[in-house]
Amino acid sequence: MPGSPKLVGRREFLKTSGGVALFITAAGILPQLISCSDAKKIREQLEKHLITAWVRITEDGKITIYNPAAEMGQGSMTSLPLIFAEEMDADWSNVSVEFSPQETEIYGAEGWMPGSKLMFTVGSRTTKSYYPVMRKAGAQARYILLSSAAAHWNVPIAELTTFESHVIHESTNKKISYGGLVPFLMMPEILPDFTAERLKKPKDFHLIGAKIPRTEIPAKVDGSAQFAIDLRLPDMVYGVLERGKRHGAKPILTNETEIHALNGVLEIITFDYAIGVVASSLEQALFAKQQLKIDWSESQATGFNSQKVYSHYEAIAGRSTKGKITNKIGNVDRAMQVASKTYSADFKNDYVYHAQMEPLNAVIQVAADLKTAEVWVGSQQGQDTKLGVPDILGIPPEDVNVHLQYLGGGFGRRSMSDFVKECAVLAKKMAPLPVKLIWTREDDITYGTFRPLSLQRLKVCTNALGTITGFSHCVIGDGGNLVASGARNDHYDIPNQLVEWREASHGIRLKHWRSVGHAPNKFAIECMLDEIALDQGTDPLDFRRKLMAKSPRALATLEKAEEMSGWKSPSPEGRAKGVAFVEHGSLGTGVCEISVDHSNGKIRVYNFWIALDAGVIVQPDNVKAQMEGGIIMGMSSVLKEQITIVNGKVQQSNFHDYNLLRMEDTPESIQTIFIDSNETPEGVGETATPMVACAIANAFLRLTGKRLRHLPFTPDRVLAVLNQ
Amino acid sequence: MPTYTLHINGKKQEVEVAQGTTLLWVLREHLGLTGTKYSCGIALCGSCTIHVDNRPVRACTLKVENFSKGQNIRTIEGLSDHADHPVQKAWVKAQVPQCGYCQSGQIMQAVALLESNPNPSPEEIKTYMNGILCRCGTYLRVIKAIGLAATNQTQET
Repeated sequence: MPGSPKLVGRREFLKTSGGVALFITAAGILPQLISCSDAKKIREQLEKHLITAWVRITEDGKITIYNPAAEMGQGSMTSLPLIFAEEMDADWSNVSVEFSPQETEIYGAEGWMPGSKLMFTVGSRTTKSYYPVMRKAGAQARYILLSSAAAHWNVPIAELTTFESHVIHESTNKKISYGGLVPFLMMPEILPDFTAERLKKPKDFHLIGAKIPRTEIPAKVDGSAQFAIDLRLPDMVYGVLERGKRHGAKPILTNETEIHALNGVLEIITFDYAIGVVASSLEQALFAKQQLKIDWSESQATGFNSQKVYSHYEAIAGRSTKGKITNKIGNVDRAMQVASKTYSADFKNDYVYHAQMEPLNAVIQVAADLKTAEVWVGSQQGQDTKLGVPDILGIPPEDVNVHLQYLGGGFGRRSMSDFVKECAVLAKKMAPLPVKLIWTREDDITYGTFRPLSLQRLKVCTNALGTITGFSHCVIGDGGNLVASGARNDHYDIPNQLVEWREASHGIRLKHWRSVGHAPNKFAIECMLDEIALDQGTDPLDFRRKLMAKSPRALATLEKAEEMSGWKSPSPEGRAKGVAFVEHGSLGTGVCEISVDHSNGKIRVYNFWIALDAGVIVQPDNVKAQMEGGIIMGMSSVLKEQITIVNGKVQQSNFHDYNLLRMEDTPESIQTIFIDSNETPEGVGETATPMVACAIANAFLRLTGKRLRHLPFTPDRVLAVLNQ
Repeated sequence: MPTYTLHINGKKQEVEVAQGTTLLWVLREHLGLTGTKYSCGIALCGSCTIHVDNRPVRACTLKVENFSKGQNIRTIEGLSDHADHPVQKAWVKAQVPQCGYCQSGQIMQAVALLESNPNPSPEEIKTYMNGILCRCGTYLRVIKAIGLAATNQTQET
């Protein structure tokens, strides 16, 4: 490892940001590095006042902690450093936070496979996956400070304590600040492996769980927070692409000469699926984009009509051959055969679009010799984590330097690097000029990557007692887990369960969209439960209480939601409540209260109550903000949003025909209560969103006796259901 | 290319751009005032909201040549010297932003609201703020922060 190009590269990076003392990582590679590094070098590095790869301390007591995750509004810029500071016993008022380098070996957390490492801000797994990493690294930093103080004072380390960036030796009344220790820092011979037992107990936390403002909010109220789109570099040029409205169509530019002659146009670059234009200014690039005359080829999507495909999906659902089984418990077929009663229903959902407020963009500068590149991007990272740029440039990953910027929304869209690769293609051509690539809103929608359209066919059976004995959930749609996630029932005690996915592919670009398949699948599951409860004359919440008997954590959320929503007390005239349970890492029960305007089909949501078990809550107010945002985004998608495709072409192009929820439709309140827990934190970003469709549809069922089974619940659709 | 003189945040600034260039590109790409954001380009999301003579407008659809006649242009950068405008303080206190991208627009619209109506009702807030989209769903906190600013409850606790 020592002397390898990778290590040198890292050291160089860390030097440029002020030097590095020690390479302490979650994997504990420190001992090897120390034993193989020369002592003089370590001493030199120590003199530069750094403690570990995660933290920098200076003599004035200022502490910088590095955040390895993307910040897209979910609060990683506070939550992860806070966990580190907790174990380090850092004085939070002197902590500042910076993005870490994008170096997975040092800053990655465990990926999907045990032992793997990733820097990938997806799946609401950031706090969960980094919780052990940051705690251990924080404890290691504290240990280095403790052992340095022990040596400095010549006292046993066991007699030392720490408090708010100070090491204290009580019996001699000695106290030294972390900053004051900097000149005396030394590396301990052995760095203990900080197992969970050696870390703080939750009862001793004073930062985790406290009301701590988010670190990056001040920069987000004065316009100074830097998103990639804000970057300006000397001699920067601007790139735009015209992509086909039909996904996968190939372009032929028919007026190249005319475009080249336009003011400011520097280059025209042909992609498989687009024509790129680079110009001296953004307005020139955009003007040229409008003048492009392009003949588009047919593609797989040709002839595809999204709103007509459901009959085809129903036919697929009706076939006797099963699809890919993704969950199987017991024997559903046999349960159906011996059941007293069976229920069946289809649920549908149209395509939805991410609509992150910052359109996709990137800035890349390739060196004149094409051998190195600097990348500025708002990315949910991944491809660990050079975002595909090395392949485009044909250079090693270590020669690409990624500067992560704030993300103007992610929601899954920025976990894909198509826009970064596009920018790399342009920047390679324009080297050494830096290129800012901007997608217009129209580009962002028409060439979007959508949450897939899908159909859920549910068949459920009960025995003579009315107990559910079998639950069959068949998902039809494109994208595998994109449509199949969230179709399991791990917290309902149902002895026979089957989840299967049947593929239907149309050549439409698809991507993870906040909560992925959970929203459509929970919609189907939770509505089905309410329909059965209604048929049995049982309260839907009581019905779930029975199903959750063996899942006490889920049940606790149900009963807390029951209490906080005043479930049993009647709603005002013309309103009704609906309930839904969702697991997405964390467990949550949501209750909403709605009314319906029978004249225009408009659903109004008044209140949402959420009881959440997310384990240890690192930042309570921020988790509440995630619940609020998750509900609002859920309401937006459930009541307003719809991408339709005709003959393979996306029909929407901007916010006039792709409607997002606005302030006028905001509920009066969204209240969240946490279930006390000392368990490892679980993700919270995607637990609220899937509650919305089912809670609204269930409230609608109780209010009107009618069933909403096709998302979104636009006024037209609601009216049609009311008039059935 | 023509040169235009703009009065921005109390300063005169000259810019050489083609006629028809939007104020948004002038502010962001030519003058570096990047707090004002591009999101839809057709005045439907409000991320680019600035003030012209104290009225909130969408910079993405305004042509530069119509705003070089001495109008006072104010952007988020000109709202206060130390991010201490009461609305900004209220925003911090209510912890409004998530991703933050729409928040300059939210704040500029809110400032204009309070300058014209110092004590708006929740319904008045919703009506006035309805043109500013937030995908992260911070609307309830925007309403709360405007209430805090209107009632001078902006001290951090």
